[in-house]
Amino acid sequence: MSNIPDGLRYAKSHEWLRPESDGTVTVGITDYAQSSLGDITYVQVPKVGATFQAGEVFGVVESVKAASDLYAPVAGTVVAVNAALDAAPETVNRAPYTDGWMMRLKPADPAAAAGLLDAAAYAQVIG
Amino acid sequence: MSELKRTPLRDFHATHGARLVDFAGWEMPVQYRSILEEHKAVRRAAGLFDVSHMGEVDVRGPEAGRFLNHLVTNDVAKLFPGRVLYTPMCYPEGGVVDDLLVYMRGADDYFLCINAGNIEKDLAWIRGQAANFRVTITDRSADYALLAVQGPVAAALVQRLCPTPLDGVKYYHFTSGVVAGVSCLISRTGYTGEDGFELYHAAGEAVGLATALLEAGRPQGLELAGLGARDSLRLEAGYPLYGHEITAEISPLTAGLGWTVKLDKGADFVGRAALQAEKQAGSARRVVFFRTGDRRIVRADTPVLDATGAAVGRVLSGTLSPILNEAIGSALVPAASASQPLAVDIRGARVPLHVVKPPFVPLKKS
Repeated sequence: MSNIPDGLRYAKSHEWLRPESDGTVTVGITDYAQSSLGDITYVQVPKVGATFQAGEVFGVVESVKAASDLYAPVAGTVVAVNAALDAAPETVNRAPYTDGWMMRLKPADPAAAAGLLDAAAYAQVIG
Repeated sequence: MSELKRTPLRDFHATHGARLVDFAGWEMPVQYRSILEEHKAVRRAAGLFDVSHMGEVDVRGPEAGRFLNHLVTNDVAKLFPGRVLYTPMCYPEGGVVDDLLVYMRGADDYFLCINAGNIEKDLAWIRGQAANFRVTITDRSADYALLAVQGPVAAALVQRLCPTPLDGVKYYHFTSGVVAGVSCLISRTGYTGEDGFELYHAAGEAVGLATALLEAGRPQGLELAGLGARDSLRLEAGYPLYGHEITAEISPLTAGLGWTVKLDKGADFVGRAALQAEKQAGSARRVVFFRTGDRRIVRADTPVLDATGAAVGRVLSGTLSPILNEAIGSALVPAASASQPLAVDIRGARVPLHVVKPPFVPLKKS
């Protein structure tokens, strides 16, 4: 069974988003996504200052099996990235919702996260 | 998925948390917990692999040896009872039908191990070639299960479960014996580059043998290992995989397996003329192995570029070496390009290929 924490928002493309108290949002991939990919061997995160539209590719996650695009769940500007994944991409397998985070965005629309799925709705997506 | 073939260990794998996938028509464990961790366990201690999908063939009769020397490129006449031979078998044009192990049990009695995905093709080919020989060919694939125990502690582990002394069974030799109460053909071979044994046994005994090996080996660090780790281990060791480094279009000479092609063995064999011509003219293409110094995996079929950016070849196999922590692989390139700068494009970034002679890591096999 996949771990789908309450209190996060989810995209159908298997990214999660966590609203932070400073108005930014943290983005990563779900437990279901990391489990489906298998051993993660490389994560390409964007540069700080890059801007993305909702649904735009912001990076790539590679596993032994395949390379998969990462999609920005909401539009915004990158204010931080998890540089530790460069040396330890397997962190995403071990801790997808905590140490395995990928980037922090300043959202273009502070209300956009509300348009994403909640935990119950995402659970339905992955069946 | 309903038509997938199963080994006798399919439920054993499921019970042990395997992710089961379609591999060449077989429902097989690609991994149990992590391909990278299983790989490292084999290099550090030991791994237990179910490779019961492999095919087994008896070749018997007064002309069995002579027939096999006609069928394969390596020299079967060098075998003696208890000796194993690795060899390709080729088409007349020099391409590879399959690569296999030939076991000599007795003067008129040989045993073959062939790739799972090629069983039907190989049997048809072998029978077609046997028409003029007094030889009986029997498909034994359903009768046998095959467990591979590989790694630095593997041989000692098998020995603890086996009353027959195995010290004298050197690399590429085999004997008959009983392991954990199960009669086995005990073969000191493998596909990982580590020391260890491959144990051929009756399909009905597979669960008992696998359970005994796992229980006895766990305290020494043995883990169940899936086909994912098997593939990265063989690539790290520089071993070819049928369908990648050797195919109907890639001859053993092109693949760097010239040591398995005995043009002067004193017997004509299928593909000899074509392979002799290739050797005389020099192979037009070469299989090379590479590392990149980068963690991004270079996937099979990625175009290989020369210094001008022109595509001159393609990647045959690619993975992340869990030991080197960088991408490794093999590629097919024009012979003239093998010593020139080569690169691949990964999502817009030019990644140079450093051509190296495998193995990629020091191997401990006996």
